[in-house]
Amino acid sequence: MSTLTKFSAIPYTGPAPTNREPYVPATAATADTRGEEIAAKISNPAAQQERGQDLPTFVVDRNAITDVLTALKNETFVLPLDLFGVDYPSREQRFDVVYQLYSLQNNERVRLKVRVGEDETIPTSTKIFKANDWFEREVFDMFGVKFDGHPNLRRILCHEMFQGHPLRKDYDPAQRWLLTERGVAKLNPKIDPRFENVDTDFERVTLNLGPSHPATHGTLRIVVTLDGETIIGADTEIGYLHRCFEKMAETHTYQQVIPFTDRLNYCSAIINNVGYCMTIEKMLGIEAPPRAQHIRLMLSEFMRLSDHIICIGTNLVDMGALTNFWYLFQPREEILGLVESCCGARLLPTYTRVGGMAVDAPADFLANSQRLVNMLPKFIDDVEKLIMKNRIFLDRVQGVCAISQEDAINFGFTGPCLRATGVPYDVRKASPYLGYETYDWDVPIADGGDTYARFLVRLEEMRQSLRILQQAIDRGLPPGPVIVDNPYVALPPKSKVYNEMESLIYHFKLIMHGIQPPVGEQYFQVEGGNGELGFYVVSDGTKNPYRVRCRPPCFPIFEAYPQMITGQTIPDAIAGLGSLNIIAGELDH
Amino acid sequence: MPAQKIEQPDSIIPRKPGVAPGEGAEKGLITLPGEANRESDDLDSSTYLTTTVDTMVNWARGNSLWPLPFGTACCAIEFMSMVSSHYDVARFGAEVVRFSPRQADLLIVAGTIVDKMGPVLKTIYDQMPEPKYVVAMGACATSGGFYRVYHVMQGIDEVIPVDIWVPGCPPTPDGLMYGILKLRDKIQRGEIKRG
Repeated sequence: MSTLTKFSAIPYTGPAPTNREPYVPATAATADTRGEEIAAKISNPAAQQERGQDLPTFVVDRNAITDVLTALKNETFVLPLDLFGVDYPSREQRFDVVYQLYSLQNNERVRLKVRVGEDETIPTSTKIFKANDWFEREVFDMFGVKFDGHPNLRRILCHEMFQGHPLRKDYDPAQRWLLTERGVAKLNPKIDPRFENVDTDFERVTLNLGPSHPATHGTLRIVVTLDGETIIGADTEIGYLHRCFEKMAETHTYQQVIPFTDRLNYCSAIINNVGYCMTIEKMLGIEAPPRAQHIRLMLSEFMRLSDHIICIGTNLVDMGALTNFWYLFQPREEILGLVESCCGARLLPTYTRVGGMAVDAPADFLANSQRLVNMLPKFIDDVEKLIMKNRIFLDRVQGVCAISQEDAINFGFTGPCLRATGVPYDVRKASPYLGYETYDWDVPIADGGDTYARFLVRLEEMRQSLRILQQAIDRGLPPGPVIVDNPYVALPPKSKVYNEMESLIYHFKLIMHGIQPPVGEQYFQVEGGNGELGFYVVSDGTKNPYRVRCRPPCFPIFEAYPQMITGQTIPDAIAGLGSLNIIAGELDH
Repeated sequence: MPAQKIEQPDSIIPRKPGVAPGEGAEKGLITLPGEANRESDDLDSSTYLTTTVDTMVNWARGNSLWPLPFGTACCAIEFMSMVSSHYDVARFGAEVVRFSPRQADLLIVAGTIVDKMGPVLKTIYDQMPEPKYVVAMGACATSGGFYRVYHVMQGIDEVIPVDIWVPGCPPTPDGLMYGILKLRDKIQRGEIKRG
């Protein structure tokens, strides 16, 4: 195919920073102590503790991984956060497969690393954590690591005629493969055992929804087998928006990755910016100035509002209630207008920088925010009044697409969908950042885990965001700069660049050589619109990240979707899908 | 054919040639494109017009586009902004959003098209009845944008023809609206001939 193009970035050939100490995370000491305690509890010789990491970390022998995971699961690490690979081609066992687990009870994380070579396999952990089904498929797709006993080990993000494994370091970033119509996979959903031998008068029909379907909100593909109107088997296919965020991050400098993070969850872009920038700030050992943190917090909350507005609005459109959509988009436009007044962009602002913000907020920022905070409650109340006493709406959402608390945790749910099952886990409370701990607000939870519960949680979360915002406005913006005064991180102001030799050199150095965090790795998480949005960054000391892993909250949530809709009807499945707020950009990274 | 006077002018809507539709419509006067260029000396208070069928049809087509939003990513959110209350594309007759390709004549490709989506996009395009127009919204649909990478199509013109490219990442709703107006003009000028 003639349109294939080679990636044209010129690789950095300058000297790598020397005489720099490896990165020591601020939490390394506590992580080490805690790691020893965990090691004593699981008492498995196959798990060797790795010291000096930001989380308690163990290097586990690949054959013992299921035992260690089971032991950790019994030690309250019940929530599978993430599973991904890292490629070190110079090593004999070139791949690190990294597992991250979270303990809801003790509010702590643990990381396991399994080293595998190219021909070696890892026993599957899908029986321990349901979430790992898709995660393992992703590792297989991206790195070619095989998992023994995996029920369905096929590609998940790349298309069916793709060859090679793109996240390997020796894969050319621009090498594309042609997919023809004949190569498209035929999905045939497995019929749920509950319905297998049920004899009804209906014929069984397999129906394909998406990827271009009004209810799939983008690019999801769902194949269902129907018995009459009941869904008796469902399968999903994703990857229709796989934009290779992680590979792109490796070929760009640390600053250049920021626009890519915008496009992960494009409904709440600033939260992604904040998460990524704070990860890099942690590695550099710097902190954004208070004024920047305050702006970040306020805009994060506004973005959360906008995210929930889109979710609620479009979900109601799917159920035939178009009014709410038109109505809620009014305040949403105002929110986007506020963002635009800050930095000139509406939807994907790329407003944050490593070390602060790109520019200062305008003088009327607080006044505009106050106006928004004053007008939003009426909109939320009106929408609640319109739908919450509507019998049709209630019949369509109550008890529909429910997931039990146990399953939600096992699938790795976070965010509103997890809170709708009664788990009060919110990153802003559990491990506060940007000063969330100093604000007075509550984490709303609901019972049932159905579509209705997710509605209630989202509506209430919008009110809580408004509470935070009101307090933030009352405190006012702290004075001072919005970006750190560090020429190795932030560009010097233009007035200096034009008048001072040093500033010109710093400007040139930073543009050409980029930010160079010390060698090491760091995981940091923020509460995104859909749940825990984490960034795991490995630095090798050069200007390009060695590996950026985004922990997408939608990924495990959508994984549970086939299970949630089995036994329901198609309209219910549509209503349930909208309430999960699957954002394809984040799902497929 | 020479112009002829009509005997009973009151029976037909009075019209004034050469007036833009918007202004004239309020006064009960309509006009059609191409009319202003005609000799109109003897048409004062006359009640008929001459035009070609093509002009007439193109005028109608350009003002009643039924878009199919092939929204995949961020641009789709801006598309939603464009059709919803604040921007309101209904002012230009393009608000009847159809999700079935069989009922639409304008395909707005809003968002990144990856290789996995290529066959789907092609199928959707093929299913649309003629005449059909395509707007590539945003940098990704136009050229792959800044995703120059192993799984992203470098512009949708790899698989389907495109009439209007709208720049931006994502384009603002007014940007997209401008693109649709440009398409309207293009259709009315009769520049798009397909099918």
